[in-house]
Amino acid sequence: MTRLYTMDKPDERNRLDAMAQGIIGRPLDRPDGSAKTAGVAPYAAEYVIPECAEGVLVLATISRGEVVEIESGPVLAMPGVLAVIADPRMITRSAQGGAGKSPVREIHKVDYYGQPVALVVAETFEQARDAATRLRIAYRTDDPAKVPLDSEDSHASHESFGEPVQQGNLDAAMRDAAHAVDVTYTTEGHASAAMEPHASIAEWDGNTLTAHSSLQMLKYNQKELADALGLQPEQVRLISPYVGGGFGSKLGISAELTAAAVAAIELGRPVRVVMSRQQVFQCVMRRSETRQRIRLAADAEGRLDGFGHEAWVSNLPGEKFAEPVTQASEFLYRGAHRTLRIDLARIHRMTAGSVRAPGEAVGMQCLEAAMDELALASGIDPVELRLRNIPEQHPSEGLPYSSRRLAECLKVGAERFGWDGSDRRPLQRRESEWWIGTGMASASRVHNLNEAQARVTLSTDGTAVVESDMTDIGTGTYAILGQIAGEMLGLPPEKILVQLGDTRFPPGSGSGGSWGAASTGSAVMVACEAIREQLAQQLGVEESDLTLKDGEAIAGNRRIPFTELLKTDLAETGHFKNGGIDEKFAIAMYGAFFVEVGVNAYTGETRVRRMTGAFGLGRALNAKTATSQCLGGMVWGIGSALTEELVFDPRDGHLVNHDLAEYHVPVNADVPALDVVLVDERDSAGSPLQAKGVGELGICGAAGAIANAIHHACGVRVRSFPITPDKLLEQLPEV
Amino acid sequence: MPITINGVDHELDVDPRTSLLDFLRGDAGLTGTKKGCDHGQCGACTVLLNGQRINSCLTLAVMHDGDSVTTIEGLGTPDAPHPLQAAFVRHDGYQCGYCTPGQICSAKAMLDEIAAGWTSYVSDDVAGSPKLSEEEIRERMSGNLCRCGAYSNIVAAIAEVAEAQA
Repeated sequence: MTRLYTMDKPDERNRLDAMAQGIIGRPLDRPDGSAKTAGVAPYAAEYVIPECAEGVLVLATISRGEVVEIESGPVLAMPGVLAVIADPRMITRSAQGGAGKSPVREIHKVDYYGQPVALVVAETFEQARDAATRLRIAYRTDDPAKVPLDSEDSHASHESFGEPVQQGNLDAAMRDAAHAVDVTYTTEGHASAAMEPHASIAEWDGNTLTAHSSLQMLKYNQKELADALGLQPEQVRLISPYVGGGFGSKLGISAELTAAAVAAIELGRPVRVVMSRQQVFQCVMRRSETRQRIRLAADAEGRLDGFGHEAWVSNLPGEKFAEPVTQASEFLYRGAHRTLRIDLARIHRMTAGSVRAPGEAVGMQCLEAAMDELALASGIDPVELRLRNIPEQHPSEGLPYSSRRLAECLKVGAERFGWDGSDRRPLQRRESEWWIGTGMASASRVHNLNEAQARVTLSTDGTAVVESDMTDIGTGTYAILGQIAGEMLGLPPEKILVQLGDTRFPPGSGSGGSWGAASTGSAVMVACEAIREQLAQQLGVEESDLTLKDGEAIAGNRRIPFTELLKTDLAETGHFKNGGIDEKFAIAMYGAFFVEVGVNAYTGETRVRRMTGAFGLGRALNAKTATSQCLGGMVWGIGSALTEELVFDPRDGHLVNHDLAEYHVPVNADVPALDVVLVDERDSAGSPLQAKGVGELGICGAAGAIANAIHHACGVRVRSFPITPDKLLEQLPEV
Repeated sequence: MPITINGVDHELDVDPRTSLLDFLRGDAGLTGTKKGCDHGQCGACTVLLNGQRINSCLTLAVMHDGDSVTTIEGLGTPDAPHPLQAAFVRHDGYQCGYCTPGQICSAKAMLDEIAAGWTSYVSDDVAGSPKLSEEEIRERMSGNLCRCGAYSNIVAAIAEVAEAQA
């Protein structure tokens, strides 16, 4: 049976805290850990499939135009080469998150440098790779002078994206302000750079296409692939039990999956296609570069009357996504006079899409740096400035806030770090050749919920199975779904098997927008509630009077093991839906970052010396995996602040630094011992679990704290991220 | 001569273009060793070659006649894990798990390098014996990228094993 739960009001029952098993929230090891650390957890490319051919994608080397001819002949004559395929079912861009239909797939039309234009298939990878490099393609190339390759290009068309906020008179508020900040920041493009390159193995049996693929949101991906291939969704099965990182880049299907599928259909044998690292960089997704004008108008006490956040971003023509830079700016701070808007330029660079925490990742880091400028201008401790600007209600929509731990996070983080905000003048501390400074920032990320289903089966042998097509991209899904089921059903974790990542299971939420745990976890909880009711009925008691613990049902003065109580397996499907709770409350996760950096007085090199993050994210379902998610976000903050930037050639729009040697993600030596505090919270509007999202919060504002610490250390305010040594060097004081 | 992988001999009858990494993952069926970049930039393919760590994507299989390779599968199994594998689970020194086998192989060799007296950029005295510290671990593990950002926990896991060995 299926039990529907529609979240249209806060769930004040807080059922998990009333259960008896005592495993929810505990820092348990992941059940998938031993397989991952022993190297026996299979990722998409690693299935042994007899007769599997190998495909290698070929990417366009022009910025816009048409493929006139693919000279397949010489390549087909090479040893082992089976086919050169350029088929209208092959996609040329990745699907945006949640698209549920095929992205653009005009394989002969080139829209960006690095777009897939063909697939070469051979018996072995070495043969296919060699043939792919030798494949000659003739193009008709559009005049490069007329192809807009960046937002400043006069040929680029612009449009307003989303619904701007225009409230009161910000210009007047700026004029009248005791303290005003009007600054423009820029951020460069980012790559998700998940460690596992995009990979798929496709098999076709004449009716059903089965693919092992590295994906985040299978229920959408199934529809996307079916749409591209001209099949019904039921004819597509996707399998992704282990995903080597996603960070947004695997929300939608990518080119290697449709290429493998078409090749498998055409050749009548399984085909594996794995993107090279360079191809992942060039033809999956980028986070858009941004330009952000931030205006803050405050009274003498630092209270905001005016708040402006305007952003300029880019994407390919036809894409329905724009980096939602101002997302948290809508609700984070007060200010009656507000202007928020996003300008989207249409340019011919690779697709812009979701990269971890789209919107807040870059929006918060600039806003929080601008807030630091206001703190300096007003002489108010940056922590105090933020405390004074926490609004009573949503500043534009008038909604009440659900549980919000921003003030607690600011205070707890400050105490833990040993924050002293009394004197924020720079250049106060030097240790040999290093200027030392501290900085802080708020964290904020909007809470998302998505429809999700999960099936829970309690068996007569006293074990349970949880099944959903939900994925675990490193977030800890296997652990937390087991803990939710165990808590609700009174079973220790080792009695529960969680099975994920297969479209044969009920459709979960997928992993994206930090919604996986709250959404799919709630579906598991709802299924468990239905099972509890059946158990209560068998015992002739109210469900609320039933205690389940260690595999036994306890009611009144009876205690009966499940193995005796159950005559048949009990299976229930929980179906969770967002019934508009987010239209009644402003629901978000909050936090605070505190950082100490050293800036080299001679070279401009910045080293993060220590960093504390305090976070309020609702109930932590597993303290260990939740902490790890926060740690990871903070590492991304270090990258965003100091090193990560996609560089495009202005002549043809090709991505110059398309590998891990040139695009610099933080390495171990870049990251000090990070300190994470989870501030205790239950948010009844976040989900029936009282949990909210975790995976993205740790990045949202972190880079701003680093920028502020750099200013405090050496007195240089850099409004262009990443803050590389060259940007500091010319302004560093003499020593 | 065959190549010995985790104590088992394998014939090297392969396309000369095959990297050691692809030989391990394909011909030898040991997919625990991961391909993250194929260019020696990420460390996911780290294995032990005659006891020393290398990026297996940067060397051709046919160059290893008579060599002995240890992969993550040779260090331990889910039922009988190597102390480093167990410590990575305890400290959550991974998230998606894709860089993890490389991290663990790298950590194993790195601890052996310190024990053998190899110094590093952060060692106080390059002529003396290096002391194990978190700074040394961070420096020496920086060839293994972890995009999930599990570095703090990776360092904690390795430090715990190193202390137990000391």
